[in-house]
Amino acid sequence: MSKQINVALIGNPNTGKTSIFNQLTGLNQKVGNYPGITVEKKEGVCKLPRGVKAHIIDLPGTYSLNATSLDENVVIELLLNKKDKDFPDVAVVITDVENLKRNLLLFTQIKDLKIPAILVVNMADRMERKGISLDIDTLEERLHTKIALVSTRKKTGINQLKELIANYKNLSTTPCVDTTLVDTDYFNGLRAAFPNQDIYKLWLVITQDANFANLDRNLIKDTSAFSTKSQSELKKMQHKETVLRYQFINGVLKEGYEVDINAAKGFRATIDRILTHKIWGYVVFFLILLTIFQAIYDWSSYPMDFIDGLFASFSEWAKETLPAGALTDLIAEGIIPGLGGIVIFIPQIAFLFLFISILEESGYMSRVVFLMDRIMRRFGLSGKSVVPLISGTACAIPAVMATRNIESWKERLITILVTPFVTCSARLPVYLIIIALVIPDKRFLGMNLQGITLMALYLLGFLTAVFSAWALNKVLKVKSRTFFVVEMPNYKLPLVKNVLITVVEKTKSFVFGAGKIILAISIILWFLASNGPSEKFDNAEAVITSQPDSQKLTEEELSTKIAAYKLENSYIGIAGHAIEPAIRPLGYDWKIGIALISSFAAREVFVGTLATIYSVGSDEEETIKNRMADERNPITGGPLFNLASGISLLLFYAFAMQCMSTVAIVKRETNGWKWPMGQLVFMTCFAYITALIAYQLIK
Amino acid sequence: MKLTIANLKRGQRAIIKEFSTDIIPIKLLEMGCLPGNEVELLQIAPFKDPLYLNINGSFLAIRRETALQIEIDVIPESQSV
Repeated sequence: MSKQINVALIGNPNTGKTSIFNQLTGLNQKVGNYPGITVEKKEGVCKLPRGVKAHIIDLPGTYSLNATSLDENVVIELLLNKKDKDFPDVAVVITDVENLKRNLLLFTQIKDLKIPAILVVNMADRMERKGISLDIDTLEERLHTKIALVSTRKKTGINQLKELIANYKNLSTTPCVDTTLVDTDYFNGLRAAFPNQDIYKLWLVITQDANFANLDRNLIKDTSAFSTKSQSELKKMQHKETVLRYQFINGVLKEGYEVDINAAKGFRATIDRILTHKIWGYVVFFLILLTIFQAIYDWSSYPMDFIDGLFASFSEWAKETLPAGALTDLIAEGIIPGLGGIVIFIPQIAFLFLFISILEESGYMSRVVFLMDRIMRRFGLSGKSVVPLISGTACAIPAVMATRNIESWKERLITILVTPFVTCSARLPVYLIIIALVIPDKRFLGMNLQGITLMALYLLGFLTAVFSAWALNKVLKVKSRTFFVVEMPNYKLPLVKNVLITVVEKTKSFVFGAGKIILAISIILWFLASNGPSEKFDNAEAVITSQPDSQKLTEEELSTKIAAYKLENSYIGIAGHAIEPAIRPLGYDWKIGIALISSFAAREVFVGTLATIYSVGSDEEETIKNRMADERNPITGGPLFNLASGISLLLFYAFAMQCMSTVAIVKRETNGWKWPMGQLVFMTCFAYITALIAYQLIK
Repeated sequence: MKLTIANLKRGQRAIIKEFSTDIIPIKLLEMGCLPGNEVELLQIAPFKDPLYLNINGSFLAIRRETALQIEIDVIPESQSV
């Protein structure tokens, strides 16, 4: 009988915690969420010597047990709750050999909770280059622990770590620092009032931020023996505690740690001189952005075209092979294209996360945050909002997921709410066809008018995002007191394994999370478009073939005409007619109405829907364009797509949310329907009003 | 006038003296920003905000509003290594 050992990996951010987790568990890991919050929970299984198995949790990175964010709070809640099924038998505290002093602060706190702890000194391969030498025996003795020197880059020390985990029962639980020295009277009172409680644990519970009220605070009320202290007094005591811990750590390191300063400097300073430079820093950032855009738009178009073709032929194959009937139609026209609509985003999302994780792993992202913070802050955003806003030009879904490392909830929420305004790749097909229809292909001051319009739309999206951020910042009353500190980590060559695991994990989470909803919507749309309530729908074939001018048509033209007639009388066609009064002031007819409704699932559906409605058999853009140009406005008799209605449509698509998957991801990231619904209603109304004004003015 | 980290020039070093407010965030202390420790200004972003510092071996960036709360004694140039 071998019981699984519960192991918690704990450490400061940028100590290589995730690399060690990946080394211990391989691909044998799963990523989920902690119940009720969207903090990522990473778990895995590791085989130890002598057939013992370890269940490993990679806890969020934290600088100490004094939590100021949800991520950090997860660590404390687990360590204070012995009843939690994940409560660790042993804590593995990961430190970076170059930042040992700061990293040990957290270690001493964990030791003081009397949890058996192993100290991992990571990045040991850098010691020689940085002129660092460690006296392991002295350190082990003074810190009452066992030390594993690990290098994930050179793959050394992992076996020693596994050995130590397997023998966790031999670890000492002697604490490091006596916190009661901070204020002897106060702690004596506390001890007298709660004789059965661990004093340091009590202290942690008392000092935890009031935001995190899940802990059992009723425990601590005024009693005769002990009086509570004010917030600011408690804070001062925390300061004293931190000083006390650093005194202890300095004492330990004086004996067991030596660094030859002359060996250290150089590389980092040289690179920083360029990458954080007032001018060159921005130039480099701009060039990197350009590369990312190139990858997302250009390079990913090849796999995307391939996927598109693959699903189209798969759909065709299903139609021909399976017995004809409603079920086959559902599979061939509903489910397979629906799945294709999910899978087609994989190349873009994978590219995006590839770049983002390389930028993060290398340490560059912190420099971008440094460069952009002041500018973004004017609009209620943080330097850390830059990443999502950039990602948003590909797709709002990964962009919203990329907001997770913004510590301030308010800044994060604003970023999530404004990101869908950024012109995403799904708007592009809509923009292109409408611009081609309504903007003359002429030159103005030597520049192509159509090109200028497209650029203006990108600019408009970005400016709207920034302006709404500014407005939200004034309006929103969200309690959030995080302040801004960014660690500027050392530059590192990204580990291929870490980058690949991130890309796979994020892509998987997109496909299965948002994918479910895209699939459901496309099935519903298919059903509504291929069924109708009246006889007209059922008898479409007879009605069309009996029309006199149908005789001259070829078979293909006839079948597209039947399809168009069917669509008009399907549920979705009826819905299009129903909303016509609402959209007529914008210059649209019922057919555009259908496209508006169906493109709610995803914007790019707009062009496809119009193509079907205007009975265009082939999907050559030219043909759709000509058909659209021929459409007449039933009231004025002029072209349906003119400058007024075209601009109105462009503005509508620039501002309306029109993307089920974004709604779904915002719901997941904000944990409720409140924000995505508010966002949806606001963006739709805003889009409607601007489109209305534009049409009425230009008309 | 009291000198704070916000007064430092690029490449200048100083010793942290004290905080002019009680509500200095605990995070900063945890990262080694404690009285008596050395601080060096490595880089300033445009508009003089944020500031990129090396505090006692920790490399971090803070906003100007925080830097204004941290009082210092500048180490004269001649003494620097």
